[in-house]
Amino acid sequence: MILPEPYRLIAYLVGALAFVGLNAAYLVWLERKVAARFQRRPGPTEVGPAGLLQPIADGLKLLGKQFVVWPHADRVLFRLAPAFVLAPALMCLAVIPFGHALCARDFNLGLLLVFAFGSVNVLAILLGGWASRNKYSVIAAARVVSQNVAYEIPMLLVVTTLLLTAGTMNLRELVQQQAGGVWNWNLVKVWVNPLMPVLFLIFYVCMLAETNRAPFDMAEAESELVAGAFTEYAGMGFGLFFMAEYANIVVGASVATVLFLGGWHSPVGVMPGTFWFLVKLYALVFSVMWVRWTFPRTQFYRLLNLSWKLLIPAGLGALLFTALILKLR
Amino acid sequence: MSPGHPTDSSVSAAAPRETFVLNVGPQHPATHGVLRLKLTMDGEYVLHAEPVIGYAHRMHEKMGENRTYVQFLPNPSRIDYLSAMHYMHAYVCVVERALGIEVPPRAEYIRVITSELNRIASHLVWFGAFLLDLGAFTPLLYAFDDREKILDLLEAVTGSRLTYCYYRFGGLCNDVDEQFIEGTRAFVKHMRGRLGMYHKLVTENLILRKRLEGIGVISAELCRKYGATGPVLRGSGVPCDVRKLEPYSVYPEFEFDVPHFAEGDCMARYKVRMEEIAQSLRIIEQAIAKLPPGPVMAEKVPRVIKPPPGDYYFAVEAARGRFAIRLVSDGTEVPYRLKLRTPSFSNLALFGEAARGLLMQDALALLGSLDLVIPDVDR
Repeated sequence: MILPEPYRLIAYLVGALAFVGLNAAYLVWLERKVAARFQRRPGPTEVGPAGLLQPIADGLKLLGKQFVVWPHADRVLFRLAPAFVLAPALMCLAVIPFGHALCARDFNLGLLLVFAFGSVNVLAILLGGWASRNKYSVIAAARVVSQNVAYEIPMLLVVTTLLLTAGTMNLRELVQQQAGGVWNWNLVKVWVNPLMPVLFLIFYVCMLAETNRAPFDMAEAESELVAGAFTEYAGMGFGLFFMAEYANIVVGASVATVLFLGGWHSPVGVMPGTFWFLVKLYALVFSVMWVRWTFPRTQFYRLLNLSWKLLIPAGLGALLFTALILKLR
Repeated sequence: MSPGHPTDSSVSAAAPRETFVLNVGPQHPATHGVLRLKLTMDGEYVLHAEPVIGYAHRMHEKMGENRTYVQFLPNPSRIDYLSAMHYMHAYVCVVERALGIEVPPRAEYIRVITSELNRIASHLVWFGAFLLDLGAFTPLLYAFDDREKILDLLEAVTGSRLTYCYYRFGGLCNDVDEQFIEGTRAFVKHMRGRLGMYHKLVTENLILRKRLEGIGVISAELCRKYGATGPVLRGSGVPCDVRKLEPYSVYPEFEFDVPHFAEGDCMARYKVRMEEIAQSLRIIEQAIAKLPPGPVMAEKVPRVIKPPPGDYYFAVEAARGRFAIRLVSDGTEVPYRLKLRTPSFSNLALFGEAARGLLMQDALALLGSLDLVIPDVDR
């Protein structure tokens, strides 16, 4: 199905919006169900079959609430932040190839675009925290900035290392390079670069930290900072931050799927590619939830130490090592 | 801890740094009740911590002075609602001491069994809430699942699930049945297995250990200075337990250890409480095996309680430490003075000094490890 150019783009953007909206709503449902299963309780069951209408009820409730802007907050920035936090995630999805031909924009610098927009998320949380003029929010915002800066570096180092062997920033081409069975996925391509599994591990840890998920959830840290940067937000303002968290997880998991898990390529050869892409995507999302309901939160300085003292040197080492292999080969 | 940070208040006085006051509570997820902390912060470091108490003050001491001994019976279990049995135990024992009542052995054995069950329930609540403070949500629901079993057992004999009013002057209000004995036996077995699971999944978790080891060190000297007792003191290496040092009830007849760890950090207090659950299970097991037959109420309890004039004192080891009642009687139906010595109050008192120089996150871990019940502080 080939639509003429402006219509095609609009159709895809509407699709991406719907995808993010549905994901944000139903990942909340999934998270609650997963958490419930981990904690031996049923989770949401009341609204609709198996609680499936719960996200809609939650959304309507949040929409019905007043968006309170307390007098001391910076009114413009305070209102701007929730919009700012969700938009980058939407932009990132425009270049993610969900299937062989299912990609809003087949863009040569796709990976760069994902990381460029991915960084805006930090700015939005900083804005939200700062504009709130609440001490908890400001502390959380400061934490988020140093955390995201610290973890963006090893993440980019890992991606750069991968790019050395891949030679392209086009996400579709990256996936096409991984065609031909499970052993051709970047995760297990150890003959190209023996460090591939390590790279994936670093990427995964950075992804957890970048999306502010447990055990690195310093932005919220509900037992210390009440609700962190979102303390002053009510109604859909809070709802948007919440949606953005899940949208960012989807983006992070998508990028991991594209970079390491062979994108839309099927391990067995049945079912369409998009199905396999989503399977891998949600398997990663599930693992993120699994981690959250299993581990306690780390300390903030340990979180930074992990990045600066372990992940960044490891990332740098991997980069140098890979460059050396490529030179010697 | 990042070393060398100038956290001493004298340093900041010499070279003024920008500080701010962070108001934690009385409505805050980490304070578990209506405790308010005024933290003077330098960035994320706590320079000075001041607990503000009194939000749940209910005048229990004054209430003791204007009602009869029997009318005060429901009060002790509401001072520290998680440790209700121990508080009841102290109150009935101080009155029994004043009246000179001999309690039948069966009643004392059942008092010990129910008290120890209550101790386990209290430690389980702490276990869940403390891990919740540390950002681990899941253990809470497992701990409450175990606690539920205790509550069901105690509900069957006492009629209430939290604020028990089961002990009477001279014994108990009713005897336990075979179902309770069997249920308790089954629970001991169940809880041993669960403790093993908790140790494997929680105690050995790397993130948890890094968060607790070496954090919030309280020295035995600091405990002595503020009168801290219970697991806080034992976590600082002092094997002090009222059940051993001033034996009451039938505790001398049981074999149990007093767990203590010298490190004084949050991990030591964590281990003390987890080990205490195991010791309580031991006591319960022995008490059930030895449970004598007989009445559960003393024969000669006067209908109107009028203790002879005098000064009476009784201390018990509650879940949070030493709980003591000093009763001054003037020979009337109403106590002249009923002084309550609650453990949480002293344990909280040392927080200000112990939290100085910690990161906020570690200070809140320290606060959680003290196992405070705020109504017990305010009483």
